[in-house]
Amino acid sequence: MHGVIDMTQATTPTPAEEARGPLLEVHHLTVEFATRKGIVTAVKQVDLTVRKGETLGIVGESGSGKSVTSYTLMRILDRAGRIAEGTITFSGIDVANATERTMRDLRGREISMIFQNPRAALNPIRKVGDQIGDVLLHHLQAEPRNVKAKVIEILEQVRIARPQERYHAYPFELSGGMCQRIVIALALACQPQLLIADEPTTGLDVTTQKAVMDLVTELTRARGMSTILITHDLGLAATYCDTVVVMEKGKVVETAPAEQIFRAPQHPYTQKLVRATPRPGIALSDLLPEVAVVPSPLPEGERSAPLAAGEGAQASSQMPAPPHPDPLPRGERGLPGAPLLKVENLLKEYPRQGVPMGFFAGLMGKKAPPEEAIFRAVDGLSFEVNKGESVGLVGESGCGKSTTSTIVMRLIDATSGKITFDGMDIGAIPAKEFAHHPMRRRIQMVFQDPTDSLNPRYTAARAIADPLLRMGEQFGIRGAAQMRAKVEELATMAGLPLDLLDRFPHQLSGGQKARVGIARAIALKPDLVILDEPTAALDVSVQAVVLNLLEELKQTLGMSYLFVSHDLHVVRLLCDRVIVMRQGKMVEEGTSEQVLEAPKAAYTRELIAAIPHPPV
Amino acid sequence: MTLANPADRGSASSSSGLAATLRHAKYVISENPVTGLAFGMFLVLIVAAAIGPYIVPYDPLASDTKAALQAPSWAHWFGTDQLGRDMFSRVIVATRLDMGIAIFSVALVFAAGGIAGIAAGFFGGWTDRIVGRISDTIMAFPLFVLAMGIVAALGNTVTNIVIATAIINFPLYVRVARAEAAIRRQSGFIQAARLTGNSEWRILLTQILPNILPIMMVQMSLTMGYAILNAAGLSFIGLGVRPPTPEWGIMVAEGSAFIVSGEWWIALFPGLALMFAVFCFNLLGDGLRDIVDPQRRT
Repeated sequence: MHGVIDMTQATTPTPAEEARGPLLEVHHLTVEFATRKGIVTAVKQVDLTVRKGETLGIVGESGSGKSVTSYTLMRILDRAGRIAEGTITFSGIDVANATERTMRDLRGREISMIFQNPRAALNPIRKVGDQIGDVLLHHLQAEPRNVKAKVIEILEQVRIARPQERYHAYPFELSGGMCQRIVIALALACQPQLLIADEPTTGLDVTTQKAVMDLVTELTRARGMSTILITHDLGLAATYCDTVVVMEKGKVVETAPAEQIFRAPQHPYTQKLVRATPRPGIALSDLLPEVAVVPSPLPEGERSAPLAAGEGAQASSQMPAPPHPDPLPRGERGLPGAPLLKVENLLKEYPRQGVPMGFFAGLMGKKAPPEEAIFRAVDGLSFEVNKGESVGLVGESGCGKSTTSTIVMRLIDATSGKITFDGMDIGAIPAKEFAHHPMRRRIQMVFQDPTDSLNPRYTAARAIADPLLRMGEQFGIRGAAQMRAKVEELATMAGLPLDLLDRFPHQLSGGQKARVGIARAIALKPDLVILDEPTAALDVSVQAVVLNLLEELKQTLGMSYLFVSHDLHVVRLLCDRVIVMRQGKMVEEGTSEQVLEAPKAAYTRELIAAIPHPPV
Repeated sequence: MTLANPADRGSASSSSGLAATLRHAKYVISENPVTGLAFGMFLVLIVAAAIGPYIVPYDPLASDTKAALQAPSWAHWFGTDQLGRDMFSRVIVATRLDMGIAIFSVALVFAAGGIAGIAAGFFGGWTDRIVGRISDTIMAFPLFVLAMGIVAALGNTVTNIVIATAIINFPLYVRVARAEAAIRRQSGFIQAARLTGNSEWRILLTQILPNILPIMMVQMSLTMGYAILNAAGLSFIGLGVRPPTPEWGIMVAEGSAFIVSGEWWIALFPGLALMFAVFCFNLLGDGLRDIVDPQRRT
């Protein structure tokens, strides 16, 4: 019976015969999930059309239903989810009602998918070449005798250098970008008609992101394939897609050609997203919707006077944006105060691990690559942070920026070098003893992942109270009521609604968790706050609000920031000065404007060029 | 996969501690009826242990040779043994002793093994090596034989059964606690706790331990059943509890001699009671984890 149905479906006109017609048509798609709280509609009445050879971008923030939509197209929803309404037609096949067998044939051969985390998508204990070979054999694209040659041919196509050797590599031996190339090779192995890329470059460095996206574009174009690119990054979608679909809360709010979405966004939500995307030539407050002025934790009058210049810059930029937005360049704001933090010749060495040595390498007949026994994560770095100043530490993964910040944080010891904080050599205090040192409260940190940095068993109030309980003698807090009042004061400053204070982290949204982390970091009124990619895990609109909050708090409390990030645009918005790092060394240092607009080092230019530039 | 669920934002905040826990327990039980069954069985065990000696129809130690070796009847539900003691009364009264041994030994091993394991996972280095070698040494013995040896060496008392049972379960707790602590050692919230001036031991006790409790609960429930079996096993071979004290292991041992002659009830009913208790704790484990884990309260 099923066989008969399959036959009729298989004999519908192939896409080649349909020429320019739509490859995929989604009509009024509604997807529901059965949860404990009843039925949740994740996708509502979505209409999509992908023509042959077209690249469609689906853009939305977390919870917008963009991933659910793509899973539905592949019919790989988890058990609780079901298609409540609507049709999905892929080159004549009714996907919504197709049998599991038809779908199995479709997946991989006709539609394939690239996932967010390339390493997780590969089997960690099998050679990458064998993994590609499996797919080829399974879909009858190769025979056992010629499979290896085919795999190497494919590896060459995805620009893997030395494909003969890399055929035998395991996923952990390859970098993130290389793994994503393997995943792309897997996805394209069977020459599918449609490629669904679900956040293919999240977690990759900008230069790697550019290389991967250029590769995908080139390969799909050469084969006349259609692509659906799912991303939270409007800039990325606008750069690489023909058409962009913007989704919000399960609904499609706008469908437009890519070049129009930035120039003339129609829907208010798209406008909000476009505004919130960091891009050249704007000020921090430009990120927020025009109606909502920067959330002010304190009345205007209470702000400290010496920072009026900064306030002026903000105020001017809240005017209707001029055609050439040129508010007061942040670098010219003057550098207030004396040096607060001075780092000199910082060096951190690690012994190399995991290099296959002697015995096993000999056994496998492989030669261990000659590597030095010592790896320098930070290699002679010197910089200063002045009082009331924000300094950005920028570089790609592995450049030593996080190691530097952790050393400055005094959580690990440097191999050598001097760290002076407010005239005191804090580098001389071992990291283990620093927890009890009075200097501890003066250096605090906002962590990268707001979820990971909160104890899942502590309520928001308890998390914020923790530093006060341990080191808050200066505030003279007595009893639970006073503590609660202090926590509420901090939560208000961080813009966290007070009724959320008794919730556990998993009951809070990403932005709310970030606010809890910020409230905790400022609880002890520190002089220096290290921001370790504080917005990397957040949606752009939330990032816009959090960045503004951080700037606001810095002005109010007169703190200095050391902002660690990979995103130059974000750094420019918040920082007075930028330090670009590579392989543990400083590549370039200068005011934010200088570095972004007239970069001296070739590496900085490369970094800036790799950021997807939306067609403004 | 993330799922937009704005509806659940409002409801959680209004609930206070105990009420929320009860509501959550009710949900877990209704979602998984087996958990409800396990809690029902647990309640039966608790009642039997608490008030058993006061409600049983006969004195569990009083022998009545006229009524010896009687099959189950309305007068003696589980029959009588070779001395004419009422088996039903003896099985019920034995609950307190068996449960007591299990609970105390599990509490002891949770405190010792749990803390040692967390410290090993969290501190690493020498702490890890020492704790690891101790548990490896224990694991190198056949565990029941080790327990026999400990009781034989330390003396034939109930306290020593508790200690022996705790020692043989030590490696299980160390392994679980160590693995869980090692996962969390590098978490952001641990770093954050360091930044706010917490000492390492305080981080271990106030940050890591609460996060490991759910999985330790499961472990405790599972080892409860194991501890009961172990105590009964030791008594069965004549170590630990001495006759005429009612204890399931001894009763099975005493009854085993009579099975060949057809008096099956003397061994069967204490054996069933053992099975009931062990089965109950095994079922309880998963349900307990669902209740104590706040992540499940979404």
